Order: sequence, then structure tokens, then C-alpha cells
Amino acid sequence: MKKNWPLWEIFVRSKNGLEHRHFGSLHAADAEMAMENARDVYTRRNEGVSIWVVESKNITASNPADNGEMFEPAQDKVYRHPTFYDLPDEVKHM
Amino acid sequence: MSEKEVKNLEEIFEARIARDEKIEPKDWMPEKYRQTHIRQMSQHAHSEIVGMLPEGNWITRAPSLRRKAALLAKVQDEAGHGLYLYSACETLGISRDELYEQLHSGKAKYSSIFNYPTVTWADMGAVGWLVDGAAIINQVPLCNTSFGPYARAMVRVCKEESFHQRQGFEIMLTLCRGSEEQKAMAQDALNRWWWPSLMMLGPTDAESIHTEQSMKWKLKRKSNDELRQQFIDQTVPQADLLGLTIPDPDLKFNKETGSYDFGEINWDEFWQVVKGHGPCNKERMSARVNAWNNGEWVRDAAMAHAEKNEKRKVAKAS
Repeated sequence: MKKNWPLWEIFVRSKNGLEHRHFGSLHAADAEMAMENARDVYTRRNEGVSIWVVESKNITASNPADNGEMFEPAQDKVYRHPTFYDLPDEVKHM
Repeated sequence: MSEKEVKNLEEIFEARIARDEKIEPKDWMPEKYRQTHIRQMSQHAHSEIVGMLPEGNWITRAPSLRRKAALLAKVQDEAGHGLYLYSACETLGISRDELYEQLHSGKAKYSSIFNYPTVTWADMGAVGWLVDGAAIINQVPLCNTSFGPYARAMVRVCKEESFHQRQGFEIMLTLCRGSEEQKAMAQDALNRWWWPSLMMLGPTDAESIHTEQSMKWKLKRKSNDELRQQFIDQTVPQADLLGLTIPDPDLKFNKETGSYDFGEINWDEFWQVVKGHGPCNKERMSARVNAWNNGEWVRDAAMAHAEKNEKRKVAKAS
């Protein structure tokens, strides 16, 4: 019998008010062990107040090869930015 | 993919790196880039893991609770650093088991310095001060390397590493301010660790086969000789502060260069240790292999337990 421990992605909230951020990954037999290991590996110096562990295989990632069609269309939509609109200087705070 | 297409992709790739863009695991990359990174990152990870062994030797014999807590924390950090680096390496499509297998079979190398024995408590001081000092010099430029996961791991490693060197220096300082015997012990440790620490920064530029390509990929930002000079220039004044003598009769400040000139390094010794003939190569490897083999049933049991729990959960839900 030879089965490797699956890979888990670790997300840590560094303090309340902030989002969970990806910190890294580790191998563990189950979620409980992933949580214990994440605590030991990623929060030894008060780096966090909350941890999420997600088995890596459950993450669907975009493919960099598709970056053109995924992200480039946004580039020519400058009208989505406030600076696109010309306003007289007299208008303040808008 | 045709040769022309690959060449085109390679050009785009090199241009991205030249613009200081980061490369992420799923991006297209030349096979050589992948292989070089697996080699260097795994070597780095192995060094962290094997590096725990010479220090583990002193945890139960630390002279005070304060020293013991610090040493334990340092060794635990090293396990963590090894893990960050293995994980970063695995993003390139090699499994943890393959990486271990390469270490255990001798195919992959680790830093030659860990093949020297730690015979007195002062060695814990010298290792922290010199070995971690040299490691930091090596690692800081890597925080800007082109491969994203490696750079991110290095940022975390460097942040944690600075206490390692400081606690080592503090051990040396305490010994140097102690009895004659304690000071002699510190000097003896410096005598034994000085030259291996210089070797740790790698072969001279003329001998270093990977430098040019690695510079281009920002896997290396300074040459081995530059890093070595930086280490010496930074460390000599610290030795003066301790009142210790660096075991190099040719060491002399050069007013023109503003750096220290130093004596010939015994590269034969370096290559002997790299090739497996250092004082502790066999001991280190057998400790690693035993830990891995003897732990197999634990890993299997944990996996079996997890699977059983999962099945139970599914059965309950249905």
C-alpha cells in the first residue's frame, strides 16, 4: 500500500478586518491534520487569527494560456474608470 | 510545437524576466528553467532539512532553558523552511516523494557544511553566527528571483532567519565574556567553522558551472565570489568585537578595495565533502533515510485513518 498524503492550500487571516490570504501549501492526511500543520508551519509568530485549509484538487484555476481572452478585453474599457470622464475644475469632490 | 514556436515562446519568456516580471507555475517556461529550479530549490530544501541534524544534537544538552527554547525554535523554523521550499518546488510538477528519493539516493545534493560535526556547545554559536550568516547573504537576493513561489518562500525564510544568526552571535558573545575555557571553546569553534562557511558560498566564479544562466534568470544576483567577499567583510569586524581571531594568517584589510584580502581556500576539501567523503556525510544520510523509512507505517496509518473517517462520513450522510 502506497498512498501519498494529499496537498492542501493554506489561507490565513492575519487579523480581523482583513481577508484570508494564500500563505502556501502542505501535505496532510486529512483536514484536521492540515489544520494542525498549518498552525505550526504558518503561524509560529502571530501571523494569523484564522486559518482555512482547502484540498488543492478542489481548486479550479484559470489557465495562463487563456490570459488573452480572459483579461485583455478589460484593457480597452477605459470608460470603467473615473478618469475617463472630463469634468470642469470647479466640480470638486466627485 | 515547432522549433520556431518554441524559440518564439523562449524569447517572450526571457523578455518577461528581463522586465522583472515574475514567472508563476502554470506559465509556459523552458524545460531548462524548470529543471534548474527543481535542482536549486530542492537542494535548498534538503539543506534546511539536513541542517536540522547537527543542531538537533544539542537540544537536550543546551546549557539553559532559554538556550534550549531558542534552539528548538530555530530547528523548528528549519523544518518549516524546508517545507516552504519543497512546496514551492512541487509547483513545478515533481512530487515530494521524488524529491526525497533524490536526496536519499544521493542524486540531489545539500549544503556541504552540514557534513561537519557539532562537537561542543560553542558550535551552536558558530553555526548560528557563521553558517546562518552566510545563508542569509545567499538568500536575501533570492527574494527577488524570477520564479514567484521561490521568491515568496524566500521572503518568509529571510524574515525568520535573522533571529537564527543573532542567537548564534549571542551564544558566542556569552562564551567570549565568560571564563578562559569558555572563550577557548568559542575560538575553537570559529577555527573549525570559518573555512567551511566560506566554502558554503560555493565554488569560485571560474569553477561555477551554473552562474551565467542563473544570473539571467535572477536565480542568482551576485556571483559566489562577490557573496563570499561580502560575508568576510561583514564578519571580520564581528569577530573583532568578540575578541576572537579568524584562523587565516593572510587575512588583511585592503585599503584600496575597502575589503579584506584572504588566504587560499582548500577546495580539495570542499569537493571531497561534496562527493560524500566529509566527516558526517554517511551519518547525516542514514539519519534521514531512517527517519523516512521508520516513519512509513505512521504515514500509511494516518492515510488509512483519514480514508476510514471519510467513508464513515459518507455513509452517515446517505
